[in-house]
Parts: sequence; structure tokens; C-alpha cells
Amino acid sequence: MKYFQFIIIILLSPLVQGLIKKFKADMQGRVGPGILQPYLDLIRLMKKDMVISYVTSWIFRAAPYIVFASTIAAAMLIPVITIETPFSMMGDIIALIYVLAAGRFFMALSGLDAGTAFGGEGSSREMTVAILVEPMIMLSVFTAAISAGSTNISKIAGSETLYSPSHILALSAFIVAVIAETGRIPVDNPDTHLELTMIHEGMILEYSGKYLALMEWAHYMKQMLLFTLAADIFFPLGIAAGGDLSALAASSAIYICKMVFMAFLMALIESTRAKMRFFQLPSLLGGAFVLAVLSLITFIMMGK
Amino acid sequence: MDPKNLIYTGIFIYLSAAASFIILPKGKRYTYILSTLGALVIAVSGLIMMYFQPVKIFSSHIAPGFDFLFKGDAFSGFFIFTISILAFAVSVYSTGYTKNMKNQGMMGFFFNLFILSMIAVVLSGTIITFLISWETMSIVSYFLVTFDRDVKSARAGLVYAVMTHIGTAFIIALFLILYKYTGSMRFAEIKVMASGIPVQVRHLIFIFSIIGFGTKAGIIPLHTWLPRAHPAAPSNISSLMSGVMIKTGIYAFIRIVMDIMGQGPEWWGITIIVIGAVSSVLGVLYALMEHDIKRLLAYHSVENIGIILLGLGASMIFRVNDLYPLSALALIAALYHTLNHALFKGLLFLGAGSVMHAAHTKNMEEMGGLIKSMPYTGLFFLVGSVSICALPPFNGFVSEWLTFQSLLLGFKSQSIISKIITPLGGAALALTGALAAACFVKAFGISFLGMPRSGKAENAKESSIYMITGMGLLAVLCLVFGIFPGIVIEILSPAVFILTGSNGALAEGVFINISETVSAISPAAIIVAMLVLSIAAAVFIIIAGGRKKIKYGDSWDCGIPALGPRMQYTATAFTKPLRIIFRRLYLPKRELRVSYVVKPFFVKSIKYSAEITPFFDRYIYEPVTDFIQRTAGKVRLLQSGSLQLYLAYILITLVLLLIFGT
Repeated sequence: MKYFQFIIIILLSPLVQGLIKKFKADMQGRVGPGILQPYLDLIRLMKKDMVISYVTSWIFRAAPYIVFASTIAAAMLIPVITIETPFSMMGDIIALIYVLAAGRFFMALSGLDAGTAFGGEGSSREMTVAILVEPMIMLSVFTAAISAGSTNISKIAGSETLYSPSHILALSAFIVAVIAETGRIPVDNPDTHLELTMIHEGMILEYSGKYLALMEWAHYMKQMLLFTLAADIFFPLGIAAGGDLSALAASSAIYICKMVFMAFLMALIESTRAKMRFFQLPSLLGGAFVLAVLSLITFIMMGK
Repeated sequence: MDPKNLIYTGIFIYLSAAASFIILPKGKRYTYILSTLGALVIAVSGLIMMYFQPVKIFSSHIAPGFDFLFKGDAFSGFFIFTISILAFAVSVYSTGYTKNMKNQGMMGFFFNLFILSMIAVVLSGTIITFLISWETMSIVSYFLVTFDRDVKSARAGLVYAVMTHIGTAFIIALFLILYKYTGSMRFAEIKVMASGIPVQVRHLIFIFSIIGFGTKAGIIPLHTWLPRAHPAAPSNISSLMSGVMIKTGIYAFIRIVMDIMGQGPEWWGITIIVIGAVSSVLGVLYALMEHDIKRLLAYHSVENIGIILLGLGASMIFRVNDLYPLSALALIAALYHTLNHALFKGLLFLGAGSVMHAAHTKNMEEMGGLIKSMPYTGLFFLVGSVSICALPPFNGFVSEWLTFQSLLLGFKSQSIISKIITPLGGAALALTGALAAACFVKAFGISFLGMPRSGKAENAKESSIYMITGMGLLAVLCLVFGIFPGIVIEILSPAVFILTGSNGALAEGVFINISETVSAISPAAIIVAMLVLSIAAAVFIIIAGGRKKIKYGDSWDCGIPALGPRMQYTATAFTKPLRIIFRRLYLPKRELRVSYVVKPFFVKSIKYSAEITPFFDRYIYEPVTDFIQRTAGKVRLLQSGSLQLYLAYILITLVLLLIFGT
């Protein structure tokens, strides 16, 4: 089982997406699509023909595979329902952030490959947001890594968590980072189809059919992966330490509750906030960065 | 084999390569073949040096003070190895690159002397040999910077010559101080007696080393020559300058501060971390604003020197706290990055040279779509970009990961200030990584993807086989040193051992495992996983949706009939958000001139120009040069040119001397 826990993320990530949409629809007084809709979308896209621009090069055709594979490779590194992760020798939390960055690098290149303004605009904005988010995500993780004495994610998840001021500060910074990384309001609007406001959608505008399915699926997986990572680092309570079945069953139940909670939180934030102007983002993300710095200083000064 | 004989053989080959165009009528044809041979021989001698006793290569004592000594230990061996690997690839590349160059013979002459002078620097065993080698290196590189005889190169060469000699002045002062307190010219003897130097003087030596060697390495704010000189030089030379010459600054700094001076107070390490963080972040921020592909790469050298210093600073801090294995780990990170930067920056400059050779422009806004006409250059430039952005599984990832680990372990030190500074250094490194990724999405995306933005780019042709081979070699090494970190750490550990007394054993083949914290990575496993998963994904989408045909069409154009190359996103537009976010730093200026046919509806033409204020040039260097010029203008009053006046000066001086001399 421990070898296959990353498959949970591959298979259930569209469900989490569906859940967020359902929660959002409920909060906004709409009926909304069923929670299985993302699966249906992916299947529909897989069955479609593809239209590819003449302008594109092999980068455009390689990018969906690189993005998809790098997201799963990142998912292999993290404990989902048990902290026994055999793949943890493959990479730690820093490697995870860089594997995701590799996916983003190629996604941004694919945005420039078709030679349209929308793709370029999406790439430019995505990289700008990444510049603001990456140091913050790193710093908030550092606090957890220093307190666990390791950057190995299993070790962090297995260490005794201290619900201390530094922890709460780091968590708040991390949540902002998750919102930005998953392209949600107030940073990006996942439902928009107005080219001028798009970030993530702008980059993948030229994709269709199977490639689009891979890109979308990778996006769902990245979202669930970051939720799981937040759970692993900041509230690992209840995650199984070993591999026996009863522990795994309990752990799975708790994991589902955590994911539902994260989905609800995202829907709540999306429904109660308005999208920010792009150039107001530095104040939001910069504020979160300050929280992460404070968390680190608090941890070093107070020792917890 | 005896490395001494190998070195002699290597030097002989290099000298004959340099002289080949003088001796033989068609000698310039053989220049680079000889250079590749020389590089191979010297690389082997470097490897041997790393594993054996220190080797004395040449020693001669002519007169007091004229003490010539060249010798190599494991640490010199590592730099010789690094220099030779890059020299080998660049020599292969140069065979094609210099083919239609004017003054081809002179190029070969200086090229080989340049490599030889760098090797001499890292083998120097006394103050006098070091200074001679160092100056030879600076002067030869000056001739190479000004090789294209135009005004721009001449100006760049002037700035380079002035800056490098300011650095040398500090280096000479530093050596004089060392000589005064130890009475010896030999580094080995100075090292033995260095502990007797008073504390205040040691601080002075540390500061002089930062200024002196930092100028060569290109730390901020002493970097100002770098973005001028590297683009002015021919690309094979920029590759060597940026890849290895600036590393001689790092070599000399480590030699003086960590080897000879030994242990310093904690603030030394903290200072180095702060300088490293500032250089890396500002270096990449300025790189982002450049559209000249070679200036962009030059600023990235500033960034990477900063990353090397982050590791070095951490190593110094650990040493003060007696954490020798961790000090070794941080030094491995710094030296690993030194080697990596030589490879990928060398590769990127060669790639830029290949592009410029084909498209006849340095301006990225005039490129575009080159990946189709130059597939190999495109692929290798991409490998270089991915490596410099520290993305797995390439080599930059491993060294940056090690740097992150060293900085994170900084909390094991005693003082609060180190505990806080080190992880903040890590945050600076994360910011640098994200900025570098944005910069290379721009550099690669705008130059190689999309539609050709000018006729020059449209007519570009792939470069010759020699140039492609040279780049390919470096690209393969970037991958190999990424997925087999064990090899690199193995060859590094003797050098690290002599500097820190520990070899921080941490690599097991394709894994790196820091036993103390159980943190591990394996780029090889990541790439295997990604390959398997990509194939699985390809199979899966066929099973799930069946084989579907691919239709080709135009890019989405919102219904406008045809998208032109001028409608693409430009490099200027790509970095606009950053120009707004970091406006306090960039102090951007823009000018918009619109001329109308009928105001305000029918526009005839729009001229838009945007530039950023070069902060350090404007507010640090310009006031100084202005002051010097003003002073010089006033002093000129004394120099009237009249002979009688000069005779009067002599008379007055003589009289004064006679009065006060008694």
C-alpha cells in the first residue's frame, strides 16, 4: 500500500476539484454541476481531436507530458495516508518545490511557443506570481523543517507537531501560498474566460483535446498535492505511522476529512473574496512573506 | 603518471598552440586541435593532483623576493580540472566559431595564453608568482575583451582594466601586509605563521580579500565591469571569462581567507552570506531587465557568484562553531556550484555565440522561432537554461539543494544572528531561483520560440558541427553531473578535506543523503520516474480516448485574420510586471511619443522607449569618476606646457629640499 499512496492523489484529485466547485455553488445559492463533473470533463477532452498551431515547436508537445509527469513525481514524494514513504529517498521538500517548478517552467515555455499575446501574458504573470510565492513557501516550510530537524517530508510529518505561535504564522503564510499556486481567487480566477484576466488559463489557451486533459489533470493533482502537503506539515494528526490495515483505514478516514475541510476552506475564501488587481498582489503575497519571516524568527527566539 | 610531467607536457602543448600561427604558415588550423589536447592532458593532471600529495612543479629562487614557486594540491587540482573541462569544450567550439574571424591567429595566441594564465594562477605558490600570473590573466583577457576593434569594446575594455586594477591594488596591499607580518613570500610559510598576525590586521586582510578578489569574481557593487566586458568579448572568450576566469577570484579568496588565514570570527561568515544574498538577488533582478542576450548572461554570473558565496559563508560559520562535517558539506555545495556554473554558463555563452553567429544580433527582441532553424543550439541552450534554474535532474539542482541544506543547518550554530541570517539566506536563494526561472523562460521563450521577430532571425542557419559538438559536450556533462552527484562529490572531497579537515561523506552513487538529517535526493530517480510516468501517460491517453488525429491550424487570433510576429509578447512586455513590482529598485523611466494625423483619433506613429536606471553606475561610480575628472581638471593648471615654468618647479623643489632636508 505504501508504494501506491500517490495513486490516491492521481485518482481523487478531480473529485476534490468537483467538491470545491460544489461547495462554491452552494455558498453562492446555485445548484452547480455534480462533484463528478471534472472526471467527465477529462474523459470528454481525451476523446476530442487536437488542434495545434503551426507556430509551435516540440516544446509545445513535450510540455503536457513534462507537466503531468513532474506533478506525479512530486506526489510520489509525500506521505498521503502513511508516513512510510518508500520514495522519500528520491527527494525531500526542497526537491518537491523544484520538481513542481520544473513543470511550471515548461508550462510557461509552452505559453510562449504559439506566439500569441495571451500565452505570453499568462506566462509572464505566472512567473511573476511564482517569484513572489516561492521564497514564502520555502520560508514557511523551513520553520517546520528546522523544528523537525530534517527536510525529509516523512520525518516532518512524523515529528511531534508543536501548535505554537511560529506554527500558526507559518501555516497562514502557507495557505496564502497554496491559494496562489492553485490559481484561486484572490490571486487568479479559475473560472474566467476573459483573456485579459487569466493567468493559468492564459498559458494553456492553445491546448486542446488530450494535451489539455493532461494539463488540467496535472493542475487538479497539484492542488490536491498542496492540500496534502499542508496537512502533512501543519496538521499531521491521525496519519498512520505504519502499514497495517486498520491504521490505514483510520488514517484514510481522517485524510478524507482533511481534504473536505481544505476544499471547504478554498470555496469559502473564493466565495467571500473578490479577485485582486494583479498589481495589488505584491502586498498580499509580501504580507504573507513577512508572516513566514516572523514565524522563523519566533521559532528561533522562542524555541518552539 | 607523474602529474609534474603531465603539467609540463600540457604547458608545452598550450605554448605551441599559441605560437602555431607564427611558426607554421597554415598553423592557425592546428591551434585549437592542440588546445583540446592540452586541456585533456592538464585535466588529467588536475585529477591526479586531487588524489595524491601536493606536487611541486617548478621552483627557483633568483634573489630575495624573487621566489618563484608553482605547486599544486588537491584544491588547486579541482580548479585545474574545472578550467580544463571548460577549456576543452570551448576549444572544440572555437574551431568552428573562429573560422571566418579576422585576426584568427592572434585569437588563437591570446586564447591559449589566457587558459595558461588561469592555470598558473591556481598553481601559484608564492606571492610573486601569483601576482605575475594574475596580471597576465588580466592583461590577456583585456586584449580579448577589446578583440573586436570598435568603440564599444574599447570602452568596455577600459572599464574592465580600471576595475580589475583597483582590485589588484587591494590584492597587492593585502600581500604586503601578509609579508610584513610573516616575513615570507611563500603561501605555505605564511600559513604557518598566520596565527601570529594581530586580530585587527586579520580583519583588514579579510576586507581587502573581499574587495580585491570580489572585483574579479564580480560581487555587487564591484560587478560593474562584468556586464560590459563579457558581452564585448567574442563568445568563446565570454564563455571562458564567465565560466572560469571569475572563479579564480573565488579560488584566491578561499586560498587566502579559508586556507591561509584559517579561522576567523563569526561575522566573516555572516558578511559573506549577506554579500552572497545581495549579489544573487540583485544580479538576477538586473539580468531580467536585459534584452541583450550576453548582458543577460553576464548578470547571471553575478547571481551565481552570489550563490557560491552563500555556501562559502555557511561553511565559514560552521567552522567557527567547530561543526567540521557541516563546514565540509557547505564547502562541497560552494565548490560543486563553482564547477556547475562553469559548465552551464559556459554552455549558455557558447549557445548565445551560436545564435549571434547565425542571426547576427544580440538583441532578443529580434530573435524568435530559432528552435526550428537551429534545433541543436536550441536544445543545448534549453539544457543550459534548465540547469542554471536549478531544476531537477540537472546539475544546478544538486548544488543549490546542497546550498539550501547548508543554510538550513545554520540553526546549529551558537549565535542568534547566524541562526536567523542563514535561513534568510535560504529565502534569498529561493527568490533567486524563482527569478532565474522567470528570466530563462524569457531568454529561451523569446529567443527560440514563437515566430521569427525579424528577417535576421528568419534566415538563421544551424551552426557548424564543431560548435554543436562543443555545446553538446557541456550539455551532456550538465546532465551527468546532475544524475551522478556521487562522482562529483567523490572528486571534490580531497579538496574539501584539506580545507576543513572533514570530507562530509554524503553521497552514495545516485543518491545524496545527509545522514545527520535523513534529508536525501536522487535526481536520477526523479528523471527515471518522470520518464516512466510520461510513457504511462502517453499510453493512458491513447487507451482512454483512442488514437485521434492532430489538426494543424493558426494560433488563436480572436478573429483577426493573421497574427504577425510583431503581435507576439516581447521580452520588454514579459518583464513589465517585475518592472512595476520592483520599481523602487529599478527606477524605471519611460517615454511615449505619439504623433497624430488627426488628434486624438488617428494615430500616425507611436514611439515607446523604456529603460531602467543603472543604480550602481549612476549613484556610486559616476560621482567618483566625476570627482576624479574635476580634480584632474584643476591639477591641469600646474601642467601649462611651458618649459620655463617646469624649470621653475624644479628650482622651487630643490630650494625647498635644501631648506627642509637639513
